Amino acid sequence: MDFEYTREEEAFRQEVRDFLDENLPPREQRGSDFMENWLARVREKRWVGFSWPREVGGGGGDIMSQVILKEEMAARRAPPLGTCMMGLAWVGPGIIQYGTDEQKARFIPDILDSKYHWCTGYSEPNVGSDLAALQCKALRDGDHYVINGTKIWTTLAPIASWISMLVRTDNFGSEEAKHEGITALLVKLDAPGIEIRPIENMAGQRAFAQIFFDNVRVPVANRLGDEGKGWAVTISSLANERSSIGEVTAMYSKLESLKELVRRTTRNGKPLSDKPSVRRELARFEAKIEAMRLNGLRYLTRQIRGQPLSSETSVNKLHRADLEVEMGDFAVSILGQAGNQTRRQEGAVDNGSWAADALGWPSVVIGGGTPNIQKNIIAERILKLPKD
Amino acid sequence: MNFGFTEEQELLREQVRKFLEERCPTSTVRSIMNSDAGYSSEHWSQMAALGWLGLMIDESHEGVGLGWIDLIVVLEEMGRSLCPTPFVSHCLTASTLCELGNEEQKKTCLPGLASGDTIGTIAVLDIPDDPIADNLTLQASADPGGIILTGTKPFVTDAGSADLFLVAYRHANKPGLAIVRRQDDGVSASSTATMDLTKRTGTLTLENVKVPAAQLIPMTEAQLIRLLDKGVVAVTAEMVGAAEAIIEMTTSYARERIQFGHPIGKYQGVKHRLAEMYVDVESFKSLAYFAAWCVDEDPDQLPRAASLAKAYASDAFAQMGIDGVQLHGAIGFTQEYDIQLYLKRSKWARPMFGDADYHYERVAALTL
Repeated sequence: MDFEYTREEEAFRQEVRDFLDENLPPREQRGSDFMENWLARVREKRWVGFSWPREVGGGGGDIMSQVILKEEMAARRAPPLGTCMMGLAWVGPGIIQYGTDEQKARFIPDILDSKYHWCTGYSEPNVGSDLAALQCKALRDGDHYVINGTKIWTTLAPIASWISMLVRTDNFGSEEAKHEGITALLVKLDAPGIEIRPIENMAGQRAFAQIFFDNVRVPVANRLGDEGKGWAVTISSLANERSSIGEVTAMYSKLESLKELVRRTTRNGKPLSDKPSVRRELARFEAKIEAMRLNGLRYLTRQIRGQPLSSETSVNKLHRADLEVEMGDFAVSILGQAGNQTRRQEGAVDNGSWAADALGWPSVVIGGGTPNIQKNIIAERILKLPKD
Repeated sequence: MNFGFTEEQELLREQVRKFLEERCPTSTVRSIMNSDAGYSSEHWSQMAALGWLGLMIDESHEGVGLGWIDLIVVLEEMGRSLCPTPFVSHCLTASTLCELGNEEQKKTCLPGLASGDTIGTIAVLDIPDDPIADNLTLQASADPGGIILTGTKPFVTDAGSADLFLVAYRHANKPGLAIVRRQDDGVSASSTATMDLTKRTGTLTLENVKVPAAQLIPMTEAQLIRLLDKGVVAVTAEMVGAAEAIIEMTTSYARERIQFGHPIGKYQGVKHRLAEMYVDVESFKSLAYFAAWCVDEDPDQLPRAASLAKAYASDAFAQMGIDGVQLHGAIGFTQEYDIQLYLKRSKWARPMFGDADYHYERVAALTL
């Protein structure tokens, strides 16, 4: 056991730090062209799509370098390495693994250059956790598929140009073979027959939407992977590091903000930082975050050694979900009535940012698999308990 | 970056697990825990022969010369099997002597500890509350050529089986450790079982015990706290193994027990609780491993690391003990069934070297 880095790894860490010193001025000194320059500079460094193969324009970075890059970026609260979030996280890896050469040439450079947004179409009104039961259908008509149906809770749909979506091309209404007959399609969102209706979330944002497809024609060339094999496309096995180090660093910095809040806030004339229940709760958050960090390093070690991981990453997903809810609510609860005042409301603390935070958790906690689904995954895949 | 065990450590784990499965199945655990001695001298000599008793004692003093990461591998397996043994007390004694003793003291004590001829334990606090320096109150009085100790140390683990005690005292405003033998004049130790019959404790009574200067180990407050933190790490490592056993037993029961036409492990009320247990054990396991690493490699980080591990483990393991029994239904409530032994272990471990309240407060004091 050791927690040292090799000389090359330390040198890379230094390179990232030097880059940040040079290219990440304090927030108040950033001009209007900051983001554009930032995106161009990190692209030049090949840090966008850092783990992607070099032949598609990625950085070809190894696992430890990914960890170091994420850790340093998160520690300095740097902006993302690209604005095409869904493209970088999900769509790009899927295209790299399953796409044709033509699809790679057409889409990957745009994702890396943050040209436009992607969204991913999985959930439907009656299909959430049980994703394989999806009903949105696409029938073959010559060189085209014709899509009819709807997708919902589609994050970024209101601003996205393309959607990577799952449709049913076979096995309609079959409960037994529902994983088969699913096909992945890449669809341009300005195609005739598409209507996007934004949905306002409880925090007042319109970040997701329902999309309606009415006889939407999509060229067969936009199919990702084989017909009927779309289920596999959702689970890309690209060698992404699995340490969740970026999330951990972000949670630690959130914890620091909470500590700073309790140090400067008094209740009944006494600092909140002296209150035993507040102290215990903050320390409990710290134990969970540190456990996430160390779990991540254990899983990373296994990944580096080439030992297979099962679904251990669900452990940190569950911690993250708990912490998002608990830490968001903690600030509001210790601030008393003032904690309930959100932006632009009288008596708000820190312009209501704590209250706003307390309403933001569902995007993390529900998106990408609810805690109940994560628990099913652990129970069935790791503990080998019978399936539901 | 390498947060995993070496091949040698994995082999050690296999060796320990195999030994305990063969020599100390639960039927044996039960007969030892109901015996007067509370441990098996046969096991003890076998463990000595395998090198475990001298695991952390350097080779020049007839030990094996390994470190805390190796030790927690053994402790985790001991926790899993519930093997009744003074092993934890013994290792804390050996580790402390190795670190703080002078050459003469090491030469006199360590070979006996490594061979198992001597069983060691530590007697630190006079007030058996939180593991803080203030709770060491025993005042030594001066004596020509040494000190005199008079007092009682409550809740000394394995007091009944120990031959050698490291007794903490204060003298001239400084803490120290006295090497005291059971046969020394004025020394007596009682022995009692606890709710967890696999763990023994007792009271060490010292009446005008003369300890020559050669048997005294001067210590700083920081070294005293470090000694207690090693205890935290050792106990937490045992908790990891015992907690994994709870998951294994309960999971296998949930796969076999049929109700409403299905194994109960199919129902989310059962399987989700088991998944939560898995999340907790993975987590306090990681925290415990890191704390063990800090003992040898990064002592400055040890207080925070040890407290995070024990705080998390104390709460989580206690709840697992309860839920392990509850998920078994009525059978879990019986004396005959083994899951209750783990519930009792979870109660035993919770306050040892500080409970969750103490350790969370300590983290807050260090970081807030």
